[in-house]
Amino acid sequence: MSTASVASHETAHDDHHDHEHHDNFVTKYIFTTDHKMIGKQFLVTGIFWALIGGFLSILFRLQLGFPDMSLEFLRPLLGGWLDEAGKLDPTFYLALVTMHGTIMVFFVLTAGLSGTFSNFLIPLQIGARDMASGFMNMLSYWFFFASGVVMFISLFIPTGPAGGGWVVYPPLSALEQAIPGSGLGMTLWLVAMTLFIASSLLGGINYITTVINLRTKGMSFSRLPLTIWAFFLTAVIGLLSFPVLVAAALLLIFDRSFGTSFYLSDIYINGEALPNTGGSPVLYQHLFWFLGHPEVYIVLLPALGITSEVIATNSRKPIFGYKAMIISMLGITILSFIVWAHHMFVSGMNPFLGSIFMFLTLIIAVPSAVKVFNYLTTLWRGNLIFTPAMLFSIGLVSFFISGGLTGIFLGNSAIDIQLHDTYFVVAHFHLVMGSASFFGLLAGVYHWFPKMFGRMMDEKLGYIHFWLTFVGVYMVFFPMHYIGIAGFPRRYYSWTNFEFANMYTDLNMFVSAAAIITFAAQFIFLFNFFYSMYRGRKATLNPWRSNTLEWTTPLHPGHGNWPGEIPTVYRWPYDYSKPGAEEDFIPQTVPLSATPESNLPHEQEQVKLEMEIMKEEEEVLVANESKH
Amino acid sequence: MYGFLIAVGVLLLLSIIWMVYRIQSLVSVVKGSNKKIATGSNKVNAILFVLFLLGTGFLMFWYSIKEFDNYELPVASEHGVVTDGLFWVTMAVTGVVFLITHVLLFIFPYKYQYKEDRKATFYPDNNKLEIIWTLVPGVVLAGLVITGWMAWSDITAPAPENAHVVEIMGSQFQWDIRYPGKDNVLGDYDYRLTSATNAHGVDFTDKNAMDDFPSPVVVIPKGEPVLFKIRARDVLHSVFAPHMRLKMDAVPGMPTRFWFVPTKTTAEMREETGNPEFEYEIACTEICGRGHFSMRKIIQVVEPEEYQKWFAEQRSFIQMNPSLAEGIPAEAKELAEN
Repeated sequence: MSTASVASHETAHDDHHDHEHHDNFVTKYIFTTDHKMIGKQFLVTGIFWALIGGFLSILFRLQLGFPDMSLEFLRPLLGGWLDEAGKLDPTFYLALVTMHGTIMVFFVLTAGLSGTFSNFLIPLQIGARDMASGFMNMLSYWFFFASGVVMFISLFIPTGPAGGGWVVYPPLSALEQAIPGSGLGMTLWLVAMTLFIASSLLGGINYITTVINLRTKGMSFSRLPLTIWAFFLTAVIGLLSFPVLVAAALLLIFDRSFGTSFYLSDIYINGEALPNTGGSPVLYQHLFWFLGHPEVYIVLLPALGITSEVIATNSRKPIFGYKAMIISMLGITILSFIVWAHHMFVSGMNPFLGSIFMFLTLIIAVPSAVKVFNYLTTLWRGNLIFTPAMLFSIGLVSFFISGGLTGIFLGNSAIDIQLHDTYFVVAHFHLVMGSASFFGLLAGVYHWFPKMFGRMMDEKLGYIHFWLTFVGVYMVFFPMHYIGIAGFPRRYYSWTNFEFANMYTDLNMFVSAAAIITFAAQFIFLFNFFYSMYRGRKATLNPWRSNTLEWTTPLHPGHGNWPGEIPTVYRWPYDYSKPGAEEDFIPQTVPLSATPESNLPHEQEQVKLEMEIMKEEEEVLVANESKH
Repeated sequence: MYGFLIAVGVLLLLSIIWMVYRIQSLVSVVKGSNKKIATGSNKVNAILFVLFLLGTGFLMFWYSIKEFDNYELPVASEHGVVTDGLFWVTMAVTGVVFLITHVLLFIFPYKYQYKEDRKATFYPDNNKLEIIWTLVPGVVLAGLVITGWMAWSDITAPAPENAHVVEIMGSQFQWDIRYPGKDNVLGDYDYRLTSATNAHGVDFTDKNAMDDFPSPVVVIPKGEPVLFKIRARDVLHSVFAPHMRLKMDAVPGMPTRFWFVPTKTTAEMREETGNPEFEYEIACTEICGRGHFSMRKIIQVVEPEEYQKWFAEQRSFIQMNPSLAEGIPAEAKELAEN
């Protein structure tokens, strides 16, 4: 653990805080380069998309839970997508499923989660004035915004949005004859995703560069909060995997528009034999899941990072096994790239490949298990304060366990034969990736709201929101396990055609009702969020009595974050309830030499080094002063 | 009417939220609780975790036991018994982990809820513990993987030579069945030969195709290996026979296969389930378009003797539609007519 780090940033921001920025509305709220505002832009846009994505799911849950119900009252919105009897069109049902998946995975849980908190927290927690490139950061948001606009437009075109499932497997997604959504809707989907990937890459490069280069003095990698570790590794995963999706999309564009045959072969459709031969739909699946699987961790790791921070703070205890947590995340990062084909056990690929991927997949369960045990041990003998953020973090751990364990079934290719593409899979990933990450997002919002807006969110509303959502999510997704074990295939408009699947109308009704209640409960959050932004109780500087650097900034930090010098870091971020210390937390900015009563033996040795460095620094400062 | 009701409901909900919100924030100001580190709500939340554990735990056990026969599909293939066994072993292992971790996760909040006079234990790491809970899951998972891998290797091994071949072809939105006829060899096909009268695109110049015949249902013998040769004509489909624990994608341009041994005839299954109308079904599990949810095909499992009899009675494509044989050499035609 070296306390000495290069003090090169000293000169860089000398001229920074001398003059105040005078921002007008456009440079402050729209084309801003302040990472905090960009983070908020991502957050609000993410919330907007979460509402749309959630609403789409309510529409198809109505169809699944109440198949005989007339949706006539939605005609002003759905128009021609309802038949005379007021029933949803089966093609549009598929489009709804597709858009729900795309929106939630990419726009909400990637941009809304990673975009919000990586932007907001990285500079604040590592002690930097801003991101490495504020301009690229701004571009990142506006590419995302443009992508959203294109995707939003695709919802309203006459042939409907893309309808081939969020994985958009060709040939279905390549042939307009196969499903109307594969026409203009699919083109817009591809354009939107390309813009989205550009946004992700711009963001990711920035996050990585910032974490590597702009840490404040003393902020070594072994003193980084786990949030930053998580955002950093997330960005690395994104940077390596998203370009592969571009490749997949590009080949798909060629097949769709320029007559190539990367994915198409031997197709006879609508009374016509197509000229394409030699392509392979399985190739697309390999390329897609090479992103698609790491994407799961792009979504999940930031949520786990946030949870680590929130649980440690509110347990008033150091996170258990800080190093083990980092190693687990590193392990997950690396392994996430070599497990993709477990989505394809029955795709027709060589079964030998299936064996390999089964072994690799089950290895990734080990670091995940370690993380869970470490969370549990952190709670053990803590002094737990249940802020809404803490509740959501505990909820996340619960989902992570429930959804993670079912992954052990699905990662086993022999068991997966039966469960693949049934509701068991739907239950699995909605818990482990969807709900867990969503809870991470909410935990983050509740926890850092005071830093974002200088006000507190209402706790009681937070509690109500949590309990309704937590119970609601389980009521929605737990029953799906039974439905899946019974073999119900996913993406089915109705099950009445099949004898093996036509029971459980009652359970499906229950799930749909639970989904509607859970969705409605989110409006409590919305109210709390926007109301507290303007009328919430004023926050104190460090409301959760936390150790990390962001709480050393002013209540409303300006562009540049700290009005004076950037604080120096002297210790790791988890000195909670240290024996001997008076308070139950010691911020990272408190030197070891100031806390002799609580220093551990090995820290006592570092005090000497620390003193030396501080003395040297003072000399430098004095020398600088005399120069001026 | 609906619109009105919904509007009233939303209004009601909003006003309730508003009232609750105002009342509680006033109460908290009066109590001065916003200056405390942990308020009375801390205890309430701690208790709610325990209640949640008990409540959902009870629901889970109650429903899992009560509905067992409903969600546990009867199994009707040899390998299905093996994969079901793996499934339930995994269920037992993960179930134990699930219960233990959740009991801890929800009991800790109750037990260690905030008390002003207590300090949390400073416990940053313990390498021994970390190693134990890296190794134990590792070993358990290795066990699960190895048994899974052995089953997987058996299931995906090449079909026995005497397997009865059935071709299943997916298209929007139906399954078409072709049997190889007496020679047990399917004739060649070419998707460019597909037409209204030749849905399979069979190449009738291949003499193996002469005795191929279609069937509206999949008929297979009990206790003998059956090989499904699977392909698709337009987009991806996936053959899913839930009772056989069988699933394999149908891929245009890349034929796939799955072999298995059915263990119960349809009649036996009717008796077992007490449902006189029971049929084995095939469904599609790869999204394929508008009619994805309606690609149903019936499998009839019969005794081997009955199967032989049925097989011999079938009429080939060419017998049903001699025009298909136009332009085919005479000697091949003879083969077809025999």
